[in-house]
Amino acid sequence: MNQIVEMIGIDKRFPGIHALKNVSFDLRAGEVHALMGENGAGKSTLMKVLSGIYHPDGGEVKIFGKSVKLDGPRSAQALGIGIIHQELMLMNHLTAAQNIFIGREPRLKLGRIDEKQLNKQAAEIFASMNLSLDPKTVVGTLTIAKQQMVEIAKALSFHSRILIMDEPTAALNDTEIAELFTIIRQLKADGVGIIYISHKMDELKRIADRVTVMRDGEYVDTVPAAETPVSRIIAMMVGREVNEKPLDVPDTSANEVALEVTGLKRGREIRDVSFSVRKGEILGFAGLMGAGRTEVARAIFGADPIEAGEIRVFGKVRNIRSPKDAVEAGIGYLSEDRKQYGLATGMTVRANVAMATLKKFTSKFGVLNEPAMETVAKDYISQLGIRTPSDVQTVRLLSGGNQQKVVIAKWLLRNCDVLIFDEPTRGIDVGAKSEIYKLLEDLTALGHAVILISSELPEVMRLSHRIAVMCEGRLTGILPGGASTTQEEIMKLATQRESAMHVSGAHS
Amino acid sequence: MNAATQASSQPSLMSRLAASGAHQRLLAFASLIVLLVVFSVASPNFMQMSNMIAILQATSVNGVLAVAATIVIITGGIDLSVGTMMTFTAVIAGVILTYGGMPLPLGVLGAIATGALCGFCSGSFIARMKIPPFIATLGMMLILKGLSLVISGTKPIYFNGTPGFDQISRGSLIGNILPFLPIPNGVLILFIVAGAASYVLGRTVLGRYTFALGSNEEAVRLSGVNTGSWKVAIYTVSGAICGIAGILIASRLNSAQPALGQGYELEAIAAVVIGGTSLSGGRGTIIGTLIGALIMAVLTNGLRVLSVAQEWQTVVTGAIIIMAVYADMVRKKEV
Repeated sequence: MNQIVEMIGIDKRFPGIHALKNVSFDLRAGEVHALMGENGAGKSTLMKVLSGIYHPDGGEVKIFGKSVKLDGPRSAQALGIGIIHQELMLMNHLTAAQNIFIGREPRLKLGRIDEKQLNKQAAEIFASMNLSLDPKTVVGTLTIAKQQMVEIAKALSFHSRILIMDEPTAALNDTEIAELFTIIRQLKADGVGIIYISHKMDELKRIADRVTVMRDGEYVDTVPAAETPVSRIIAMMVGREVNEKPLDVPDTSANEVALEVTGLKRGREIRDVSFSVRKGEILGFAGLMGAGRTEVARAIFGADPIEAGEIRVFGKVRNIRSPKDAVEAGIGYLSEDRKQYGLATGMTVRANVAMATLKKFTSKFGVLNEPAMETVAKDYISQLGIRTPSDVQTVRLLSGGNQQKVVIAKWLLRNCDVLIFDEPTRGIDVGAKSEIYKLLEDLTALGHAVILISSELPEVMRLSHRIAVMCEGRLTGILPGGASTTQEEIMKLATQRESAMHVSGAHS
Repeated sequence: MNAATQASSQPSLMSRLAASGAHQRLLAFASLIVLLVVFSVASPNFMQMSNMIAILQATSVNGVLAVAATIVIITGGIDLSVGTMMTFTAVIAGVILTYGGMPLPLGVLGAIATGALCGFCSGSFIARMKIPPFIATLGMMLILKGLSLVISGTKPIYFNGTPGFDQISRGSLIGNILPFLPIPNGVLILFIVAGAASYVLGRTVLGRYTFALGSNEEAVRLSGVNTGSWKVAIYTVSGAICGIAGILIASRLNSAQPALGQGYELEAIAAVVIGGTSLSGGRGTIIGTLIGALIMAVLTNGLRVLSVAQEWQTVVTGAIIIMAVYADMVRKKEV
């Protein structure tokens, strides 16, 4: 078969990270080639190289057999490479046709747009996809699946022969997925090569011809999709050796239950989630992106509303409707996006540390006691080893790890019994990571109950006393921590889709 | 630890200055000085004591309003109703004092309380009903403008029956003690209001949340703070300050002019912006706003002393606003 894409020995470094190490990848005309790997394995980086967003430091890219230099998204587009991002990039208030031809509308005299021609051309593309969709439909009124079709049509309008789809089914329901797969098969039949990034094992079996697995920025192997058992693919994905000594799980079964959640529900995002966590325990939450872990955390914390469910803190039912209620109940939440939700980055370290506890530092007349705040802030700076020139440094100027410590200080000062850490080491370098790990362990020693949400399996396994695994809003299982649980077991639960349980079961 | 603190205090100080908008404030202060020098060279009449006092007197009302606007703008909001709110509180003072014949302190308190109530309403529309500040206060501006006209029967209310009312703004406590420095009370009140606001912003929990809301409202909410209530409180304080402005203007004119007020909000916002407060919130100072208000008053006065037509003064003010914000943008890019 003819190779339409050949990537040979691609190398890419970022400051401090070797993101791609001598990676090779190829794509044939008329095939769906799945690219798999854990978060951070280098899939997206590789695809950004192919779509001209990143320049590789080494290696060669051949398109239709010719060696090319991709110096921007436009040049990739000109070579017939189209990418459909996970987050759709459409203008909701414009029509489908207007979206497809944005920036290159057919013109009439005097700069007027030829809407008739525009709609005709869009209709032609839809027809070639066997898609019945009125080009004049406003995109915002379409379902996510139909919007995705519009994105695909847009890519095809550039005469793309190579399509990259980044988790295209992340937001789709089963009927919509079937719709999408029909289109994909149609494209295949027309000889378009498709690179398909997904976490969902059952989809591979349904749509992919070959599977390439990446791990830690390295190419692992390429295998035929139909014949390879799911368990083997998972093993390839997580196959890294865990160097750290297995966690010594303390016996916390006699400790008081700090937080108990029963029957938590909200739409498709949180489907009947129940669990509890004891004092001195770290409960890890594992799962793939979009599994609903952050949603559960935010719901418990009162940041988002819930439809049903009961939250008990130390046995007492708490009616949590806002973060204020949660904090008063003794729950602290360290969000996954520090800059957006955790810190007022334009303010000082001292102000941020005191943010959740200002009442303590306020006199009867509302005057702040700056010296007291200074003492406390300096205390935490030395206690947590926050590297900052002073307690009045603007938080924006600190490194990611130190910013995270400021957020931790904020909640320690508030003296919350239950602390929820959402991706505490995202964007933090390796050295600072182990400091954060140490901090988490110290917290449990002090009797705090800790919930740890992380997309990095080794991190969850290294720290958690028990591991709760989620998939599509459901809690699919709680596993014991320590050496007795393997990554494969976790991944299996994390990919246990409700509708597809029997499918993946049949192959493993 | 100590050595590290010393070593890096240099860039830290620089960045802190930049972050706090000190650069813009210095620029504004320098512009003020330049304007003063240029006008005094151009006209010998400009630097006279009487003219200086006139400038300060002209600053007082806009200055107080600008302080009210500053607090709201630091939260990342905007208040378009400060001008008509000022007029409304003046009319209420007229109703209490002239129509009701009540004693003077009641009129003053009534005006301030009315302002606070109006601010409370604006704040509630914004924080509870989630109406964008621009729209909520635009509506408030029109409501208060209309109410002022309705209550007063579109006619000015004079304070001739309340002796001493005009002295609130026009009298001079300082002049009584130091006869060579007849600074009117209105100016004194401006500085007291500014000082108090500066203290509240810098030293109190209300001030801390004012900046924090403008800096990252969601982070504050997720810290367990009832952001809605604080926002209402901030708009209420701002409204009360508008009430003070209402008393000042009524006292200066010895009457409540119901048709007056619209347009004042833009002058106030202009002063805030020239003074280096960021319209996107989280950053700003009262001292900057004072300088901004002074620049506008000096400009108006100086151009008048030079006999430039009034129409041109408006043009120049507009140009100054654009230059001031452009300077702010350039600075932001550099940081």
